[in-house]
Amino acid sequence: MRATFSRAIAYAFGRRPELVFWLVVLAATVALFAADELLPWAVEYPSEWVIPLRFWVSDFMKWLINEADLGLFTFKQFTRSISWVFNWFLAASFGVLSEGVKIPLGGEALFHLPSLSWIALIAMLAIMAYSIRDWALSLLVGICFLYLAIFGQWGSAMVTLSSIVVAVPLGILFGLLLGILAYRHPWFERAITPLLDLMQTVPVFAYLVPVLFMFGFGPVAAMTATMIYSLPPMTRCTTMALQLVPTEIVEFGNMAGCSHRQLMWKVMVPSARPTLMVGVNQVIMLSLNMVIIASMIGAGGLGFDVLHALRRLAIGVGLEAGVAITVLAIALDRLSQAYAGKAPVRVKKKVSFVRRHPHLVAALAIIVATTVTGFLVPAVADYPESLTVTTSGFWEKLVTWINIHFFDTLDAIKSGLLLNVLIPFKRFLLSLPWLAVMGLLALAGVRLGGWRLSLGVAAMTAFVAVTGNWEKAMISTYLIGVSVVLASGIGMPIGIWAAGNDRVHRAVQVIIDTLQTLPAFVYLIPVVMLFRVGDFSAMIAVVAYSLVPIIRYTDHGIRQVPPSIIEAATAAGCTHRQILLKVQMPLALPEIMLGVNQTIMLGLSMLVITALVGTRDLGQEVYIALTKADTGRGIVAGVCVAMIAMVADRLISAWSTVRKKQLGLS
Amino acid sequence: MVSLKSGSTSEPTDASAQMNTAAMICKGVWKVFGPNAERFLAEHDSKASYEELIAAGLIGAVRDVNLEIRQGEIFVIMGLSGSGKSTLVRCMSRLIEPTAGEVFFEGQDLLKMPEKDLIEIRRHKMGMVFQHFALLPHLTVLGNVAFPLEVQGIDRATREQTACELIELVGLKGREDYYPRELSGGQQQRVGIARSLAVKPEIWLLDEPFSALDPLIRREMQDELMRLQNMLHKTIVFITHDFYESIRLADRIAIMNNGGIIQIGTPEDLVTNPATDHVADFTRDIPRPKVLSARSVMAPVDDRLTFTSSVPAETKIEVLAADIVDQKGPIGVTDGEGKIIGQITPEAVFDVLLHRGTKE
Repeated sequence: MRATFSRAIAYAFGRRPELVFWLVVLAATVALFAADELLPWAVEYPSEWVIPLRFWVSDFMKWLINEADLGLFTFKQFTRSISWVFNWFLAASFGVLSEGVKIPLGGEALFHLPSLSWIALIAMLAIMAYSIRDWALSLLVGICFLYLAIFGQWGSAMVTLSSIVVAVPLGILFGLLLGILAYRHPWFERAITPLLDLMQTVPVFAYLVPVLFMFGFGPVAAMTATMIYSLPPMTRCTTMALQLVPTEIVEFGNMAGCSHRQLMWKVMVPSARPTLMVGVNQVIMLSLNMVIIASMIGAGGLGFDVLHALRRLAIGVGLEAGVAITVLAIALDRLSQAYAGKAPVRVKKKVSFVRRHPHLVAALAIIVATTVTGFLVPAVADYPESLTVTTSGFWEKLVTWINIHFFDTLDAIKSGLLLNVLIPFKRFLLSLPWLAVMGLLALAGVRLGGWRLSLGVAAMTAFVAVTGNWEKAMISTYLIGVSVVLASGIGMPIGIWAAGNDRVHRAVQVIIDTLQTLPAFVYLIPVVMLFRVGDFSAMIAVVAYSLVPIIRYTDHGIRQVPPSIIEAATAAGCTHRQILLKVQMPLALPEIMLGVNQTIMLGLSMLVITALVGTRDLGQEVYIALTKADTGRGIVAGVCVAMIAMVADRLISAWSTVRKKQLGLS
Repeated sequence: MVSLKSGSTSEPTDASAQMNTAAMICKGVWKVFGPNAERFLAEHDSKASYEELIAAGLIGAVRDVNLEIRQGEIFVIMGLSGSGKSTLVRCMSRLIEPTAGEVFFEGQDLLKMPEKDLIEIRRHKMGMVFQHFALLPHLTVLGNVAFPLEVQGIDRATREQTACELIELVGLKGREDYYPRELSGGQQQRVGIARSLAVKPEIWLLDEPFSALDPLIRREMQDELMRLQNMLHKTIVFITHDFYESIRLADRIAIMNNGGIIQIGTPEDLVTNPATDHVADFTRDIPRPKVLSARSVMAPVDDRLTFTSSVPAETKIEVLAADIVDQKGPIGVTDGEGKIIGQITPEAVFDVLLHRGTKE
């Protein structure tokens, strides 16, 4: 027995000398534990060494708001004027969709031009869907919006929609301009790339804090945060789309004698449309996600309903609003995707305007007709309240029923996991010496990508310790670690199953595509319903939200293994199991790890939102900063989350690249 | 005994003196990719072999190209992929900035021209056709053909009328409202051709226009090009990697290899007098009766014989073969004034037809 054991170790070492290396590293870490007495500063970062970065940031922001003078105008005037312009846009879209517009007729008289009738909006969207794709899409979009009317969510949904209607075009416009600038000037691209990286990894709450500080509480601040949040992907998409325009097309543009402006706007941007539309779709979905979360700084609408319900634990109301968000998300996603995939259609010249644009004319006719009849029949203008259906009672009862019948089971699962996995792991991570963690990560960096990676990783880790967020960061790490393991445990088998069976693959695709369109907020509702608040609830929400990429990448990774290799393995007499374990999985692993990487990114963004259900990690730090409008605290904690994300991303990507190269896959 | 026109190299002399006949003149044009290419060239007095450049970590895509393109001729630049032919044609239109050299077009050096003037020349005097068509996906056939006029600011009615005429010229009438994706490859290239003609260019650059098409369509398009050229008489620079295509279309061919021009001449020159083995490799398998003329195969006149019939010296062997076989004896070859300058025997024709040995 003993002999076999030692032989096994020798065998493992013989094949993997790096294992010895890591064991030595582990031993050194344990030694550091023992050195607690000798080198206490290496175990726990001394509080007197903390750099008061958060106060510096706060002071800077105060200076910016109160004293900064940009020459022609002060910073405050600058934000005020932006605020004024945005407010004007918002008021206009809000008027059209929700409140109507009051037109003064001189003196006391006012003419109240009503907002778009619910019938008109539904009809307009359904016609739009039909003209873009087909009846099926038209039906889907129609039903989605009809749901909002019937279930009494129309008012809130229109508030949310009016923010989106303003934020999306602005986000697209600014993203496009930044992307073009980055395409034209490589130095600009080099300058903004790290900034975009940071913006995409900083948790959403962290955006809210400075925006709140600059613009105050209200729809304008929320809309601004939404717009800024959706900028990075549009900027990236634009730069990439322009770089992907075939050289010959650009050369043709030059040969036709285009000026720089003509070349960009008449040749390159239209040719880049397919990739640009991917960016547009992302802007829409991110805006929806953000406008829900931005209800914390006064966005109102569906997000506010959910937030309000979560705070009161009013499950039924929250769930209804959550479904409304889901429905809105699905409708907007499918519409924008259909539009993105639409190729221009041939139209005969020399026919009348009506014949050329039948859909547009029909939509306009319906708008006019419903507006006019709306004056006479109120039910046409606004969906009659007496006809709304509410299901909140049903949901309340369902949850009560589940809690009565399954409370013991759920509670047993919860406490079992908490006591045996979560808490021990948390304790372990918290007791790790910070210097050892930094050293380990730096070593991993050296092995996977060389000195630059190592230094970068060490610096990012050090940032967390130096700004005094180590303990909270470890709690975040523990939550995210457990969640990712759990998500992989659930997601990988599903991915493997989907890879092996085309029907399952299609079904899974539809489900995960839909899941991915849902704003993060929505995931909190059922979790809170079943598990109340705490680390366990947070973990479940994180797992649910971050499950999609691991399924997608596992499926894709296995599917992209060349068929000839599978055929060779089959010819060699492998069983299905052997093919999976010995051929497909090893070859798919680099791809699967990229999925894990994505899962970590998504998980972290969700983790911060779960601060609402009472975690004690970095997310909570940002959340507290938000409620206190403490800019420095929020930004620094937010950047710490980004640091965790980037350390994980850099290391995993480096490993995946190295491994792919070894396997000859890249 | 074989009379040859000036063969392997044509040295352009003073630019202005040649403006009557030359549409474009390239003098010492270099395009070297890599760091500090300009300095390297300056240090080496614009003389560096392909290997020397490689050793310095540079790629000589175009090396010291000197040529002149005559008014109204079809000038084919032929070479394998990577020989630098596409880079050269882009240097001629300054789509790629040459590292050194001069490109004279209408007496002006394009390379010293400010951007504003260059845009004017491209807008009015140059047309280009691309290998992968480079049609704008969001515009109809009509919109694509009218595009070069649109960027000049010409009003819609005028530009669409011009475009319609061109669409009819290339045989796509009735498809004005189609989008490029609805057309076959051959049709798309017809749009590309119509579009490049929209500005009535003086010089017409065609960069492997038929390489992306099926062989049958390619042949049809070559015929189409010849038909258009017989109507329009443009100065054409035609890039190809296909030697058959070159001999079908070319008045003169320039053969490129490793960025340099090896030989410039008529198809017949290249076949009868290949400058290097590389050129000979290209010419080896081509159908000689189509290329060789009576002048290339004739023998000195034997005074004792009288000829029952005679042909002009430019007649291709392909054309006279049947007659001479019927004659069963030699026939005379006449120059432009009808004077007998040589004779052709049936044996000589058989040699050409059977690809037996080479003349000389």
